[in-house]
Order: sequence, then C-alpha cells, then structure tokens
Amino acid sequence: MIDLQVELPGLKLKNPLMPASGCFGFGREYSKFYDLSLLGAVMMKAATGEERSGNPTPRVAETSSGMLNAIGLQNPGVAKIIKEEVPFLANYDTAVIANVAGSTVEEYEEVATKFNQTSDVHALELNISCPNVKEGGIQFGTDPEMAKHVTEKVKQASNKPVYVKLSPNVSNIVAMAKAVEEAGADGLTMINTLTGMQLHLPSRRPLIANKTGGLSGPAIKPIAIRMIYEVRQATNIPIIGMGGIQTAEDVLEFLLAGANAVAVGTANFQNPLILPELISELPEVLRKYGFSSVKEAVGKAVIE
Amino acid sequence: MKNTENEGWKNMRKVKMKLLEIREIAKDTIEMKLTDNYITEVAKPGQFISIALPNYTLPRPISIANIDRDKQELTLLFKIMGKGTNELAGFIPGAEIDCFGPNGNSFPLMSGEMTKVLLIGGGIGVPPLYYLGKQLKKQGIKVVSILGFQSSENVFYEKEFARLGETFIVTDDGSYGMKGFVTDAVTSVPSFNAYYACGPTGMLRALTTQLHNKTGYISLEERMGCTVGACAACVIPTTEGGYKKICHDGPVFAAEEVIL
Ligand SMILES: Cc1cc2nc3c(=O)[nH]c(=O)nc-3n(C[C@H](O)[C@H](O)[C@H](O)COP(=O)(O)OP(=O)(O)OC[C@H]3O[C@@H](n4cnc5c(N)ncnc54)[C@H](O)[C@@H]3O)c2cc1C
Ligand SMILES: Cc1cc2nc3c(=O)[nH]c(=O)nc-3n(C[C@H](O)[C@H](O)[C@H](O)COP(=O)(O)O)c2cc1C
Ligand code: FES
Repeated sequence: MIDLQVELPGLKLKNPLMPASGCFGFGREYSKFYDLSLLGAVMMKAATGEERSGNPTPRVAETSSGMLNAIGLQNPGVAKIIKEEVPFLANYDTAVIANVAGSTVEEYEEVATKFNQTSDVHALELNISCPNVKEGGIQFGTDPEMAKHVTEKVKQASNKPVYVKLSPNVSNIVAMAKAVEEAGADGLTMINTLTGMQLHLPSRRPLIANKTGGLSGPAIKPIAIRMIYEVRQATNIPIIGMGGIQTAEDVLEFLLAGANAVAVGTANFQNPLILPELISELPEVLRKYGFSSVKEAVGKAVIE
Repeated sequence: MKNTENEGWKNMRKVKMKLLEIREIAKDTIEMKLTDNYITEVAKPGQFISIALPNYTLPRPISIANIDRDKQELTLLFKIMGKGTNELAGFIPGAEIDCFGPNGNSFPLMSGEMTKVLLIGGGIGVPPLYYLGKQLKKQGIKVVSILGFQSSENVFYEKEFARLGETFIVTDDGSYGMKGFVTDAVTSVPSFNAYYACGPTGMLRALTTQLHNKTGYISLEERMGCTVGACAACVIPTTEGGYKKICHDGPVFAAEEVIL
C-alpha cells in the first residue's frame, strides 16, 4: 500500500490533492461530478470583507499552454460565505481552507477574524498575490515588509494556521518566503498567477477587458517548480504547491521540488474529473519511481 | 419574471461522444451528429455541452441543436471561428470526443399558456432554437421562425425550420430572403405570445428594446473558463443588481432580467 496521507499544520489530509482557490468556487458545481470527500482538501474561492462584483468581461482568454484570467475577486463577501458556503463543504469529509483577500490590512484582519469563528474552516490561505485588483492585493505580495506586516496581523486575528500564498511576480521569491515565515506563517502556498497580456489582432485590443490578467496552466509549471525548489532550500515551513499540474507525474515533480501537498486549478476546466483521476493515479506513479509514500518523496530532487 | 425553469446543470457528467456524421452545411458551418447514452437522455432545449479537445486549456461550449432520444443522437451546428472549432471540423466519423454536460438551464416551455411563439436567431445563434422549436411544435404550439444571416452562403437549416412552421430568412446584404436585420422582419409577424432569441449581443439588444412589452427569453454567450459555474468568468449584469453566471444561471434569461 502506498501511503498518500499528509499532515500539515491544522490539516490532516487523506491525500495531497486539492483544488486551487478560484478554480472550484465553493465546491457545489464539481460536487455534481464526484464526491468531494475524495479530496484531501478544498481551497475556497477568495473572500473579501464585503461583496465584490469583480471586473468587466471578457474575464478569461486562452493562451499557448495556459490561460489568462482577471476575475477581480468576485465573491459574495465573508459573512455570506460563512453562512451559505462553509456549511455545504462541512457535509463532506475533507479539509476546508479559506482564501482571505482584501485591499487593506484591516480588511484582511476582518476576514480572518470572521473565519476564525467557524470550526468548519481548518486553515486560512492569505491571498497577498492577486494580480487583478487595483489596490492592495499584489502590493502586499511584492514588498517583503508589507507581506510580513499583514501576515503578523492576520496571525493575531486568528487561531487558525495561516498559509501565505506567494506571488511569482517578484524578482526574489526567497525574500518574500522568509519575510512571511519570520512573521509567523504556518505554511506557504505557491504559486499564484503571473501577470500577462494577450492582444486580439483584428481589433488590436487586449483580449480581456482588464487589459492584463493572471497566467495559469502548464505554461507556468517550470516557474512554479523553480520557485518551490528555491524556497524549500531557504525555509522550514510546509509548502502547498500549484501551477500547471495536469498529470500524476506533475504531482510527483512538485513533491520532489519540495512541496508537501499540491493544488490543481486550471486543469479542472478541461477535465472536471481531474482531481479524482490524479488521486487514483498517484500511487502507481509513486511506486514506479521507488516511493512508498507521499511524505517520502517530498524534497527528494537530486540537485548537485 | 426570471427564468428559473430548471437547474439542468445539476445532472452534468463527463462522457465520451462518438462522432457519427460530419458535413459542411454552409460556409464554414459544420453539422455534427454524435451519439452517447447519457446526455441524449437528459438534455433539454437551450442547454449546451462543453467539448474538451486534447491539448487545449479551455473547453469549447457548443449549444445542443437537436436530440433524437430514440436513436441516442445529438446534433451540434458550429461555425469555424478559430483554432478549436477548426480542429473539431477535421474529426472523422468514429472519433471519440471528450465532452461534459449538459450545461446551463433551458428555455422555459410554458405549455398551456401559449398558442404561438416567435423564434429569432442570428447566425450561429440559430442552433439552440431548432431543438426548442421541435419541442414547442410537439406541444401543439404554433412556431414562426426568423433567421438572420450575413449572406446567402451562410444560410443553413432553412428547410428544417420550415418543417416547424412559417420561416423567414433575412440576410444583411439581401443576397437571400429579405434584406435587412431580424428586427425588420419581426414587424411582419402580427401577433405572438412570446419570443425566444439567440444571436450576437447587438441583435439581442435591439430586439429586447423593440419587443420590450412582450414576454421574451434570450440565450447569451460569453467567453468561458470552467463552463460549469465555478470560476465566475462568464458573468452578465442583472437588472436587480449584481451578476449572474451565463454558463450556470443561463445561458437562457428572461429578456428583462439582464443588462446587455
Ligand atoms: C453557451 C454557448 C453556446 C454556444 N453555442 C455555439 C453553437 O451552437 N455554435 C457555434 O458555432 N458556436 C457556439 N458558441 C460559440 C463557440 O463556443 C465559439 O465559437 C468557440 O468556442 C470558438 O472556439 P475556437 O477555438 O474556434 O476560437 P478561438 O478564438 O481560438 O478560441 C479561444 C478561446 O475563446 C473562446 N471563444 C472564442 N469565441 C467565443 C465565443 N463567441 N463565445 C464563447 N467563447 C468563445 C474559446 O472557447 C476559447 O476558450 C457558443 C458559445 C457559448 C458561450
Ligand atoms: C479563473 C481563476 C481564478 C483564480 N482565483 C483565485 C483566487 O480567488 N484566489 C487565489 O488565491 N488564487 C486564485 N487563482 C490562482 C490559482 O489558485 C492558482 O494559484 C493558479 O491558477 C496556478 O495553478 P494552476 O496552473 O493549476 O491553475 C485563480 C486562478 C484562475 C485560473
Ligand atoms: S465559465 Fe466559469 S463560471 Fe461560467
């Protein structure tokens, strides 16, 4: 038997696979395709203090080996999420990770405080890396001092383990990771999307209304692997890795680079059954490459 | 009134559909007949399916143009618009295509309340109206169709619609049927209980304005990510405030429910 279990701060996962934030809503739609109890965890869509309506459309565009999105944090607000969405996920035997977003430190604190009041949320994912909102978001994710400050404040506001989601739109990812580790982060999730742009030739205009959007999908996988590898060498807190995962071999590659668990975002769109498929295929891939558990593979890249 | 007729997306499934027949029915316009034993059983008029082509990141949403339940046959009509549809047009009979669906809600049929309805389609918005028209006719409702195309070479399914009832073809350049837009032809239909429309946003905007005192249902399009309601890519603002997701709360909306 290949052991898929993973234990992380606040999270006892039956396997290392979970949907990435924003690509799975609050689970309702994909629950029509399969039993969400199969999943290691669910990362909920971003929550802000108040309801947000998001950006104008078109909000997505396909690219070579990926896609751009500029949803703009559309969500019903933290209170409604706790009232209407969290109880739905609590019906399933899976861990629930809430994605905390905002434009000010106070808003992040407010959202974290509210999630702290429900025992059905097991950990927080601090989204300091959304590239698609005008103020806040990305600034917290690109300045180590600001990242540190907001992480400290959210840690004070909540008893739940805090995983900080890192933006790849920086020149020194290690400095960001170290800053939030110092601030008390319990873990890291990485990577969020890379800012990109695509033009429509007939109209000479950007394909998405927000002009720029976040690039995700297989196109960003090598960047995710490199960043996870660098951060693994320099920090001690666990990493939930993501960015372009499509196959069980990709999952193993993330584990080898240093991820303790992984999330799948964009790949759900082409194949709504991707997560259950990867969960069933992973044991065979681990065995094939000589591992008897997920834990054993973490950080085992041979890099001389 | 809102279109809350049903929440068809609740029975979405991933399936492999086998391609039975494929042919070009107008310029760059393809008719595909596929078979499967699930979607052909549950899908309703107005719903669409998502086609997952290998090596693409996003699924292609295509409306269900017809279903023959007894034969377990589903018809798609699509126009070659870019890379994905071009590739799809190259499939040969026997090919298995990864799909999921049926997605979205459906056209409300309101049997009993109506005696005569108008179907108004523009270009590649015509396909979902065919399956709808067939169902309406089966219920004994009189169907009149107005189909608009750019030019004579783009016209398709005229005969099929004519079998459902009186059918007017309109072309932008007058090379076939009446010259003008579907909005011009609407004035020549004296009375009807409700209309159903699908086509470019500009056409729908003009129509819903012109027919503001009529009961109408419109089917919308937007660029999509997940096509199942999970990513919030495909939104449309509503008259009540806020947004609805076209792939999940639509694609069919009551005319007064959304802001085009
Ligand atoms: C609910 C719904 C029903 C549809 N039904 C039909 C139909 O019955 N027949 C038909 O011919 N077309 C239909 N369309 C439009 C069809 O989905 C697009 O023409 C098709 O996705 C284009 O793909 P492509 O790869 O050829 O184009 P590309 O431009 O290469 O596609 C790039 C990306 O943009 C998306 N995209 C491009 N154009 C559109 C568009 N007009 N609407 C939505 N997404 C788009 C593609 O899905 C893809 O993700 C429908 C769209 C929606 C939303
Ligand atoms: C449509 C879409 C919406 C997203 N929304 C969020 C979000 O709300 N919060 C967040 O932290 N990340 C969000 N992300 C980023 C993903 O969680 C993930 O980090 C990224 O897409 C890389 O993984 P992938 O290549 O598997 O998609 C979003 C991504 C996509 C494609
Ligand atoms: S395309 Fe994802 S919500 Fe409609």
